[in-house]
Amino acid sequence: MNQRGLDATFAALADPTRRAILARLASGEASVAELAHPFAISQPAISKHLKVLERAGLVRRGRDAQRRPRRLVPQPLADATKWLERYRRLWVARYARLDALLDELKTKETKPGDHR
Amino acid sequence: MKTAETLTVTTPSDREIVMTRVFNAPRRLVFDAHTKPELVKRWLLGPPGWSMPVCEIDLRVGGKYRYVWRSDSDGTEMGMGGVYREVLAPERIVTTERFDEAWYPGEGVGTLLLVERGGKTTLTNTMRYESRAARDGVLKSGMEKGVAESYDRLAELLASTT
Repeated sequence: MNQRGLDATFAALADPTRRAILARLASGEASVAELAHPFAISQPAISKHLKVLERAGLVRRGRDAQRRPRRLVPQPLADATKWLERYRRLWVARYARLDALLDELKTKETKPGDHR
Repeated sequence: MKTAETLTVTTPSDREIVMTRVFNAPRRLVFDAHTKPELVKRWLLGPPGWSMPVCEIDLRVGGKYRYVWRSDSDGTEMGMGGVYREVLAPERIVTTERFDEAWYPGEGVGTLLLVERGGKTTLTNTMRYESRAARDGVLKSGMEKGVAESYDRLAELLASTT
Protein backbone atom coordinates (compact mmCIF):
# COMPACT_ATOMS: atom_id res chain seq x y z
CA MET A 1 0.00 0.00 0.00
CA ASN A 2 1.31 3.44 -0.89
CA GLN A 3 2.07 6.33 1.44
CA ARG A 4 -0.97 8.43 0.44
CA GLY A 5 -3.34 5.55 0.95
CA LEU A 6 -2.00 4.92 4.42
CA ASP A 7 -2.19 8.58 5.35
CA ALA A 8 -5.83 8.63 4.28
CA THR A 9 -6.51 5.48 6.31
CA PHE A 10 -4.90 6.79 9.48
CA ALA A 11 -6.59 10.18 9.04
CA ALA A 12 -9.97 8.50 8.62
CA LEU A 13 -9.37 6.40 11.73
CA ALA A 14 -8.44 9.40 13.87
CA ASP A 15 -12.05 10.28 14.60
CA PRO A 16 -14.10 8.37 17.22
CA THR A 17 -17.39 8.68 15.29
CA ARG A 18 -15.76 7.28 12.17
CA ARG A 19 -14.28 4.41 14.16
CA ALA A 20 -17.75 3.69 15.58
CA ILE A 21 -19.21 3.74 12.05
CA LEU A 22 -16.59 1.24 10.91
CA ALA A 23 -17.30 -0.95 13.90
CA ARG A 24 -20.99 -0.90 13.03
CA LEU A 25 -20.31 -1.71 9.36
CA ALA A 26 -18.07 -4.59 10.39
CA SER A 27 -21.23 -6.42 11.44
CA GLY A 28 -22.99 -5.79 8.11
CA GLU A 29 -24.00 -3.07 5.65
CA ALA A 30 -26.23 -0.21 6.77
CA SER A 31 -27.98 2.85 5.33
CA VAL A 32 -27.14 6.40 6.38
CA ALA A 33 -30.31 6.54 8.50
CA GLU A 34 -29.40 3.29 10.23
CA LEU A 35 -25.89 4.53 10.86
CA ALA A 36 -27.09 7.86 12.24
CA HIS A 37 -29.49 6.17 14.64
CA PRO A 38 -27.11 5.29 17.54
CA PHE A 39 -25.32 8.65 17.35
CA ALA A 40 -26.55 11.97 18.67
CA ILE A 41 -25.73 13.65 15.36
CA SER A 42 -27.63 14.43 12.18
CA GLN A 43 -27.71 12.40 8.99
CA PRO A 44 -25.81 15.11 7.06
CA ALA A 45 -23.06 14.93 9.69
CA ILE A 46 -22.92 11.16 9.29
CA SER A 47 -22.80 11.62 5.51
CA LYS A 48 -19.78 13.89 5.93
CA HIS A 49 -17.97 11.23 7.97
CA LEU A 50 -18.94 8.63 5.38
CA LYS A 51 -17.42 10.75 2.64
CA VAL A 52 -14.08 10.78 4.49
CA LEU A 53 -14.29 7.02 4.93
CA GLU A 54 -15.18 6.54 1.26
CA ARG A 55 -12.30 8.72 0.11
CA ALA A 56 -9.95 6.63 2.25
CA GLY A 57 -11.33 3.53 0.55
CA LEU A 58 -12.62 2.11 3.83
CA VAL A 59 -16.29 2.22 2.89
CA ARG A 60 -18.12 1.57 -0.37
CA ARG A 61 -21.74 2.06 -1.48
CA GLY A 62 -23.81 -1.06 -1.91
CA ARG A 63 -25.95 -1.89 -4.96
CA ASP A 64 -29.42 -1.16 -3.58
CA ALA A 65 -30.26 2.21 -5.20
CA GLN A 66 -33.08 2.94 -2.73
CA ARG A 67 -31.34 2.46 0.60
CA ARG A 68 -27.84 3.24 -0.65
CA PRO A 69 -26.32 1.03 2.03
CA ARG A 70 -22.66 1.42 2.91
CA ARG A 71 -20.36 -1.48 3.50
CA LEU A 72 -16.92 -1.94 4.93
CA VAL A 73 -13.86 -2.52 2.74
CA PRO A 74 -11.52 -4.47 5.02
CA GLN A 75 -8.22 -4.32 3.10
CA PRO A 76 -6.98 -0.78 4.00
CA LEU A 77 -7.64 -1.49 7.69
CA ALA A 78 -5.61 -4.67 7.44
CA ASP A 79 -2.76 -2.71 5.83
CA ALA A 80 -2.80 -0.07 8.58
CA THR A 81 -2.73 -2.75 11.27
CA LYS A 82 0.24 -4.31 9.54
CA TRP A 83 2.27 -1.14 10.06
CA LEU A 84 1.54 -1.12 13.78
CA GLU A 85 2.34 -4.82 13.94
CA ARG A 86 5.64 -4.29 12.14
CA TYR A 87 6.57 -1.51 14.53
CA ARG A 88 5.67 -3.78 17.43
CA ARG A 89 7.81 -6.60 16.04
CA LEU A 90 10.84 -4.30 15.85
CA TRP A 91 10.47 -3.46 19.53
CA VAL A 92 9.69 -7.05 20.55
CA ALA A 93 13.06 -8.03 19.05
CA ARG A 94 14.85 -5.10 20.68
CA TYR A 95 13.44 -5.84 24.11
CA ALA A 96 14.25 -9.54 23.78
CA ARG A 97 17.89 -8.49 23.27
CA LEU A 98 17.58 -6.14 26.23
CA ASP A 99 16.36 -9.07 28.37
CA ALA A 100 19.52 -11.00 27.49
CA LEU A 101 21.70 -7.98 28.21
CA LEU A 102 20.04 -7.38 31.61
CA ASP A 103 20.58 -11.04 32.55
CA GLU A 104 24.24 -10.60 31.72
CA LEU A 105 24.49 -7.40 33.78
CA LYS A 106 22.80 -9.06 36.75
CA THR A 107 25.21 -11.99 36.61
CA LYS A 108 28.20 -9.65 36.46
CA GLU A 109 26.94 -7.76 39.49
CA THR A 110 26.46 -10.81 41.70
CA LYS A 111 29.74 -12.53 40.77
CA PRO A 112 32.34 -10.47 42.65
CA GLY A 113 31.80 -11.42 46.29
CA ASP A 114 28.63 -13.35 45.38
CA HIS A 115 26.69 -12.21 48.41
CA ARG A 116 22.99 -12.81 48.69
CA MET B 1 13.28 -21.86 28.02
CA LYS B 2 11.63 -18.93 29.74
CA THR B 3 8.97 -17.00 27.90
CA ALA B 4 9.49 -13.35 27.07
CA GLU B 5 7.35 -10.74 28.77
CA THR B 6 4.60 -9.25 26.64
CA LEU B 7 5.09 -5.94 24.90
CA THR B 8 2.00 -3.76 24.62
CA VAL B 9 1.91 -1.10 21.93
CA THR B 10 -1.06 1.25 21.90
CA THR B 11 -2.03 4.50 20.22
CA PRO B 12 -4.17 6.09 22.97
CA SER B 13 -4.55 9.36 21.08
CA ASP B 14 -3.90 10.73 17.58
CA ARG B 15 -0.45 11.91 18.51
CA GLU B 16 0.89 9.21 20.80
CA ILE B 17 2.45 5.77 20.78
CA VAL B 18 2.77 4.06 24.16
CA MET B 19 4.79 0.92 24.82
CA THR B 20 4.77 -1.04 28.06
CA ARG B 21 7.00 -3.97 28.98
CA VAL B 22 8.17 -5.68 32.19
CA PHE B 23 11.84 -6.59 32.65
CA ASN B 24 13.16 -9.06 35.17
CA ALA B 25 15.85 -6.72 36.50
CA PRO B 26 16.19 -3.75 38.84
CA ARG B 27 15.44 -0.45 37.17
CA ARG B 28 18.98 0.79 37.80
CA LEU B 29 20.18 -1.72 35.19
CA VAL B 30 17.34 -0.95 32.78
CA PHE B 31 18.24 2.72 33.12
CA ASP B 32 21.92 1.96 32.40
CA ALA B 33 20.93 -0.06 29.34
CA HIS B 34 19.15 3.05 27.99
CA THR B 35 21.85 5.57 28.77
CA LYS B 36 25.30 3.96 28.38
CA PRO B 37 26.26 3.84 24.67
CA GLU B 38 28.18 0.56 24.95
CA LEU B 39 25.01 -1.05 26.37
CA VAL B 40 22.49 0.72 24.10
CA LYS B 41 24.40 -0.56 21.04
CA ARG B 42 23.85 -4.12 22.20
CA TRP B 43 20.06 -4.08 21.90
CA LEU B 44 18.62 -0.95 20.23
CA LEU B 45 19.27 -2.35 16.76
CA GLY B 46 17.15 -2.34 13.65
CA PRO B 47 15.74 -5.40 11.97
CA PRO B 48 18.19 -8.24 11.21
CA GLY B 49 20.92 -7.02 8.88
CA TRP B 50 21.14 -3.55 10.42
CA SER B 51 23.99 -2.47 12.71
CA MET B 52 24.24 0.59 14.93
CA PRO B 53 27.60 2.21 14.15
CA VAL B 54 26.85 5.51 15.92
CA CYS B 55 25.49 5.86 19.44
CA GLU B 56 26.46 9.07 21.21
CA ILE B 57 24.89 10.12 24.49
CA ASP B 58 25.47 13.24 26.56
CA LEU B 59 23.31 12.40 29.55
CA ARG B 60 22.40 15.73 31.11
CA VAL B 61 19.57 18.19 30.72
CA GLY B 62 20.26 20.00 27.44
CA GLY B 63 22.73 17.30 26.35
CA LYS B 64 22.37 15.68 22.95
CA TYR B 65 22.13 12.11 21.76
CA ARG B 66 22.55 10.69 18.29
CA TYR B 67 21.88 7.22 16.86
CA VAL B 68 22.69 5.95 13.37
CA TRP B 69 21.70 2.54 11.98
CA ARG B 70 23.20 1.06 8.82
CA SER B 71 21.99 -1.67 6.51
CA ASP B 72 24.78 -4.22 6.06
CA SER B 73 23.53 -5.20 2.61
CA ASP B 74 23.36 -1.82 0.84
CA GLY B 75 24.86 0.66 3.30
CA THR B 76 21.63 2.64 3.67
CA GLU B 77 21.82 4.76 6.79
CA MET B 78 19.08 6.00 9.01
CA GLY B 79 19.81 8.47 11.76
CA MET B 80 17.95 10.16 14.56
CA GLY B 81 18.75 12.29 17.53
CA GLY B 82 17.57 14.87 19.98
CA VAL B 83 18.10 16.55 23.32
CA TYR B 84 17.63 15.39 26.91
CA ARG B 85 14.94 17.52 28.53
CA GLU B 86 14.74 15.68 31.85
CA VAL B 87 17.13 13.19 33.41
CA LEU B 88 16.07 11.65 36.71
CA ALA B 89 18.14 8.53 37.29
CA PRO B 90 17.05 5.79 37.53
CA GLU B 91 13.38 6.46 36.89
CA ARG B 92 12.60 9.02 34.25
CA ILE B 93 14.07 10.42 31.04
CA VAL B 94 12.42 12.91 28.70
CA THR B 95 13.98 13.42 25.27
CA THR B 96 13.12 15.10 22.02
CA GLU B 97 13.49 12.98 18.92
CA ARG B 98 13.75 13.64 15.23
CA PHE B 99 14.65 11.37 12.36
CA ASP B 100 17.16 12.75 9.83
CA GLU B 101 14.80 12.13 6.96
CA ALA B 102 11.62 13.11 8.73
CA TRP B 103 9.05 14.39 6.25
CA TYR B 104 6.78 15.60 9.03
CA PRO B 105 7.04 18.94 10.83
CA GLY B 106 8.28 19.31 14.39
CA GLU B 107 9.83 16.93 16.88
CA GLY B 108 8.61 14.03 18.94
CA VAL B 109 8.93 13.97 22.71
CA GLY B 110 9.68 10.65 24.38
CA THR B 111 9.10 9.94 28.07
CA LEU B 112 10.69 6.83 29.51
CA LEU B 113 9.32 5.84 32.90
CA LEU B 114 10.78 2.99 34.98
CA VAL B 115 8.91 1.65 37.99
CA GLU B 116 10.51 -1.08 40.11
CA ARG B 117 8.60 -3.59 42.19
CA GLY B 118 9.91 -6.81 43.69
CA GLY B 119 13.09 -6.72 41.64
CA LYS B 120 11.17 -6.30 38.36
CA THR B 121 10.92 -3.14 36.33
CA THR B 122 7.91 -1.91 34.40
CA LEU B 123 8.96 0.27 31.50
CA THR B 124 6.52 2.72 29.94
CA ASN B 125 7.71 4.56 26.88
CA THR B 126 5.40 7.31 25.64
CA MET B 127 6.14 9.05 22.36
CA ARG B 128 4.16 12.16 21.65
CA TYR B 129 4.32 13.89 18.28
CA GLU B 130 3.22 17.31 17.14
CA SER B 131 0.66 15.98 14.75
CA ARG B 132 -1.10 12.80 13.84
CA ALA B 133 0.76 12.79 10.51
CA ALA B 134 4.08 12.80 12.38
CA ARG B 135 3.02 9.97 14.67
CA ASP B 136 1.85 7.88 11.73
CA GLY B 137 5.06 8.67 9.87
CA VAL B 138 7.07 7.15 12.70
CA LEU B 139 4.80 4.12 12.92
CA LYS B 140 5.19 3.58 9.22
CA SER B 141 8.91 4.25 8.94
CA GLY B 142 10.45 1.71 11.33
CA MET B 143 13.28 1.38 8.83
CA GLU B 144 10.89 0.81 6.02
CA LYS B 145 13.31 0.54 3.11
CA GLY B 146 12.52 -2.87 1.79
CA VAL B 147 12.79 -4.67 5.07
CA ALA B 148 9.39 -6.33 5.08
CA GLU B 149 11.08 -9.63 4.31
CA SER B 150 13.55 -9.30 7.16
CA TYR B 151 10.67 -8.68 9.54
CA ASP B 152 8.99 -11.80 8.33
CA ARG B 153 12.19 -13.80 8.88
CA LEU B 154 12.44 -12.26 12.32
CA ALA B 155 8.88 -13.30 13.09
CA GLU B 156 9.70 -16.85 12.10
CA LEU B 157 12.81 -16.79 14.24
CA LEU B 158 10.91 -15.44 17.24
CA ALA B 159 8.16 -17.98 16.76
CA SER B 160 10.70 -20.78 16.75
CA THR B 161 12.60 -19.58 19.81
CA THR B 162 9.74 -18.69 22.13
